[in-house]
Amino acid sequence: MSAAREQILARVRAALAPLTRRAPPPEWDDASAVRRGTRDAADPWALFAERLRAVNGTPLTATADLVALLDAGGWRHGYCDPALWPRLRDAFPAPFTVETAFDRRRIDDYQFGITAATGAIAESGSLILSDRDTSSRLAALAPWVHVATLRRDQIFVDIPAAIAALPADPNVIWVTGPSKTADVEGILIEGVHGPGRQVALLLEP
Amino acid sequence: MARQRIDAYAARIPADTRAAVYLGTKTTHEKRTLLLADHFADADRLRRWAGEVKQHVLENLDTYLPQVEARLQANGAQVHWASTAEEACAAVLGIMQARGATKLVKSKTMVSEEIGLAPYLEQRGIEALETDLGEYIVQIDKDHPSHIVRPIIHKNRREIARSFEREGLGAYNDDPETITRRARQFMRHKYLAADVGLTGANFVSAESGRLVVVTNEGNSRFSLAAPRCHIALVGIEKLVPRDRDLVLFLNLLARSATAQQLTVYTEFISGPKLAAQPDGPEEMHVVFVDNGRTEVLAGDCREILRCIRCGACLNVCPVYRQASGHAYRSVYPGPLGAVLSPLLAGGNFAEKADLPKASSLCGACNEVCPVNIPIPDLLLRLRDRGKREHAAAAAAGTPPMGAWARLASSPAAWKASLAAGRVLNILPLGLIPVPALRAWVAKRSVPAWRGGEFRKWMRRRTRP
Repeated sequence: MSAAREQILARVRAALAPLTRRAPPPEWDDASAVRRGTRDAADPWALFAERLRAVNGTPLTATADLVALLDAGGWRHGYCDPALWPRLRDAFPAPFTVETAFDRRRIDDYQFGITAATGAIAESGSLILSDRDTSSRLAALAPWVHVATLRRDQIFVDIPAAIAALPADPNVIWVTGPSKTADVEGILIEGVHGPGRQVALLLEP
Repeated sequence: MARQRIDAYAARIPADTRAAVYLGTKTTHEKRTLLLADHFADADRLRRWAGEVKQHVLENLDTYLPQVEARLQANGAQVHWASTAEEACAAVLGIMQARGATKLVKSKTMVSEEIGLAPYLEQRGIEALETDLGEYIVQIDKDHPSHIVRPIIHKNRREIARSFEREGLGAYNDDPETITRRARQFMRHKYLAADVGLTGANFVSAESGRLVVVTNEGNSRFSLAAPRCHIALVGIEKLVPRDRDLVLFLNLLARSATAQQLTVYTEFISGPKLAAQPDGPEEMHVVFVDNGRTEVLAGDCREILRCIRCGACLNVCPVYRQASGHAYRSVYPGPLGAVLSPLLAGGNFAEKADLPKASSLCGACNEVCPVNIPIPDLLLRLRDRGKREHAAAAAAGTPPMGAWARLASSPAAWKASLAAGRVLNILPLGLIPVPALRAWVAKRSVPAWRGGEFRKWMRRRTRP
């Protein structure tokens, strides 16, 4: 054990020793911390889609709509999780070209990346990604368009439910809309280091 | 009477900078208030709970610190401890040297500013690149952040465009979208070339050892997707007891900081990447930094350690809005900085003893604080300390109160002066020989002196 460790812990103990009473943790309820209009939503997907749109994300329910969106944007070369590609392949006609391995040396070649989500949160319009389900962290981040596929049964209604069910995974990330900044004069610009377009694609089993 | 340094600084700020800071902070503050009221029936209660959770953590750090260390180690992370800024910088350098690493990409972390990490590493031949757009601009300009959430709130697009041109990022173009795209293109190849990604942590769960890092730009995610080694610099006060507590803090942090429900990226990291995952760190280090925090914990201002660095108190503060961040001569500006900076200064407290006076004690900082820190109370305690320690900086800008104290502690002298004050009613105030006072009264109507009336009224009341 390092000297710094012992020194810091000794100082902490000395600092707290004079306290006759230590502040107890408060009792608080999840319901008070959930945004209005969340728990009474009838359809979690509908609420998720509404809140995702509110942060400039794009919810889609049909693969054909995804292909149309990519085509309209001129994004015709990308990456797809090899496990998802057999299901999606037929929807992507020429001139689309898709790779199922992400080569980081050609990071600028990929205009879109399609990976599987671990879940979603309706309350905030967030997609949940994890190491176990994301075939490549870079492919879900570096291309201009990121598409996360999602099933209805993966949607948590609210943040307390999503926190309670955090997977045993070394890396879980909630993605709430496209990457953005307001550093320059407070003006909102999307697509800073991550995707400028964030898509959630509902894919039923 | 010497002016307070912060006043002197504020007087020199260019008008357009002041206007930008004022507008930026005011807009964010107003959006924050509307959003909280719109989303929650009782947002105030959430603030109080969050404050109580953090106070509980602080007063039980002797339990939580060893607990989180054990969890992190069980998760496969290596834990380091640093008592001072120098030790923290040396720990990062040591980890890098052990791997033969020479390039580091850095996500925005206030504690790295506090310990001066980037200059330390650069002096030792390590490339340490800021990846947050605002922090990158601060770095290439050899400037300092002036706001903890919006580091370049004091700069305009023309200055930024000139800096980009100078750094070879393309011909002059001050369109914010072009500036952002150029940074995107430049930075992604830096991430790929980097050996180490460095982040801070907004929260660390003692229960699970999960580090939570939030950003909007995605730079922390990139720093954890391309490099093979992750170093997290974490102040020892960043703990929360359980994962569940993150519900409160995540809900409050983004709304308070930028009036967002959540930041775009909220990342929960509990160890090196999964073996099957092609991207990300194979090695994870967590450096717990004291750098004066245990001294603050031992004192009577320990509530300031609850701070989650959202910047809401900066945005609402009438002094910050006029003076802007650099006026505080510290990494942490605004009301939180006026408390924390003198405390973290340790033996140099006297040099920062004027900062607790940079406040009208209006209390707005406490009202917006997501962890309900009683900042005005803490400012008063530090003013008291400055006075007791005879810090010259604490006396600047304060009129001498000795004569007043003598007057107010002698009933006879007090009564006589109340009566004598009536002479003000017949003096021509426009002829006051002090120009500043003359200017003051020229724009205002001075009420008639009625010294002693209250005493008369009291006598009539108590002896009818």
